Amino acid sequence: MAIIDLNKSTIRELNEKLQSGSAGDKFIVNNTVGKHALSVGLTSEIDVEINGHVGYYCAGMNQEASIKINGNAGPGLAENMMSGEVRVTGNASQYAAATAHGGLLVIEGDASSRCGISMKGVNIVVGGNIGHMSAFMAQSGSLVVCGDAGDALGDSIYETKIYVRGKVKSLGTDCIEKEMKKEHKEELANLLKMAQMNYSVDEFRRYGSARKLYNFDIDQVGDY
Amino acid sequence: MCGIVGLFIKNPQLESQLGALVAPMLSEMTERGPDSAGMAVYRDPNESGCKVTVLAQEVNFDWEKFQESVHSNFSVIKFYLNQNHAVLSLEASLNEVEDWLQLNWKQLSVTSAGSNIEIFKGKGNPSDFIEQFDIINMTGTHALGHTRMATESAITTEHSHPFSTGQDLCLVHNGSLSNHNRLREVLKRNGVQFKTDNDSEVAAGYLSWRLSEGDDLDEALNHAIEDLDGFYTFAIGTKDGFAVMRDPIGCKPAIMAETDDWAAMSSEYRAIATLPGAENARIWEPEPTQIYSWKRS
Repeated sequence: MAIIDLNKSTIRELNEKLQSGSAGDKFIVNNTVGKHALSVGLTSEIDVEINGHVGYYCAGMNQEASIKINGNAGPGLAENMMSGEVRVTGNASQYAAATAHGGLLVIEGDASSRCGISMKGVNIVVGGNIGHMSAFMAQSGSLVVCGDAGDALGDSIYETKIYVRGKVKSLGTDCIEKEMKKEHKEELANLLKMAQMNYSVDEFRRYGSARKLYNFDIDQVGDY
Repeated sequence: MCGIVGLFIKNPQLESQLGALVAPMLSEMTERGPDSAGMAVYRDPNESGCKVTVLAQEVNFDWEKFQESVHSNFSVIKFYLNQNHAVLSLEASLNEVEDWLQLNWKQLSVTSAGSNIEIFKGKGNPSDFIEQFDIINMTGTHALGHTRMATESAITTEHSHPFSTGQDLCLVHNGSLSNHNRLREVLKRNGVQFKTDNDSEVAAGYLSWRLSEGDDLDEALNHAIEDLDGFYTFAIGTKDGFAVMRDPIGCKPAIMAETDDWAAMSSEYRAIATLPGAENARIWEPEPTQIYSWKRS
């Protein structure tokens, strides 16, 4: 196990070390004090534990690696993640997992606005609440919210399953409530288990695309 | 992009360290705003008269002559120079002092007026500003700071934040306003004066105008949500504290933190991380359009 102290190492040295790790390697990162772009561009199955709050763009473009942040994360957490797992024990700021293609992002606390914006296959599980405009233009993957959702949830959504346990302040254009079928309950149960969140799937409602914005329709011009 | 920091001391024992606590916060925001910096500090109240900070743009301004002139016209509680700024604490009404300055010292601009507030600002790297103005040794109850990366208008000292918005009030802004030209014209017709073409100065002028129309700060900020178009995180310094508000879209960052000893806000956590006890502080992100304020009880 390697310990990297950011009081002694630069961010570039940290990322170079993590990017050159091999499957099974474990790293601990200390003294983060809100620094930006920590643990980005990883491509192998390594374990990284980050102690402290992190700034912008932590765990960006992650592939294969498992990254745990013991603290809060700033804007752009796990942006464009491809695979692997990112977990934050506190809250995450704006646009967590934006455009992410795969993997699992677990936010144990709250996520701020635009969580999962343009998500393209990632699974996101949020233990608390999420802010406004979350899952905006979401394309695929699943977003699980164990608390409440803010305004305009799933606005202009293409395809993505959104499961919310609490209240939804408002749904965005073309986002509607949908039936929870057996396959959805199975998927949700699996995601909750992977995220280690202890809730019954029966407490959740599902939201998704009404699929009315796929093609231009003059009768719905006001919705665009 | 710009950086904002605000620090409000809750434990009076820390008031002597205000500058030492807030300087590293401002320094940490250098990358968000490397072209100019400024700070409003609240301290040494003058309740019987008024306190005014003036700024001289001329490099060779004759401060000695100015000081003599102040002493021969007013009963002076305190007069001190800090770089190209002077702080005047006088036994006189604010109107009297402002009229006198306007008549006799037109080349000076007033950066702040009230009983507690002092505003200093300058072009250049924030670390130079901190050093030149000796921010580290400043005492006080609360302070607001700004690092600027200009996007809408020129880089000059007068374009730098904080902007005075009335007695003991000031504004710092991260963001950009898109309707500032039109709004400036409206405000000019209502008697608000502007020194620059800066968009943030329009926001400051707008708040001054609302306050002069009888709004309290919360009402003025709620009106601002209606009338200002653009992106903003505002921090507003008041005599007893400060307030924070983000635009309805909330895309400019802000983070707040509080312990038993202090309450702080910044554009990023890394500025707050410099404070003692930050790792155990209560930390949260302000919701769009909600006004958060701290006040001395």
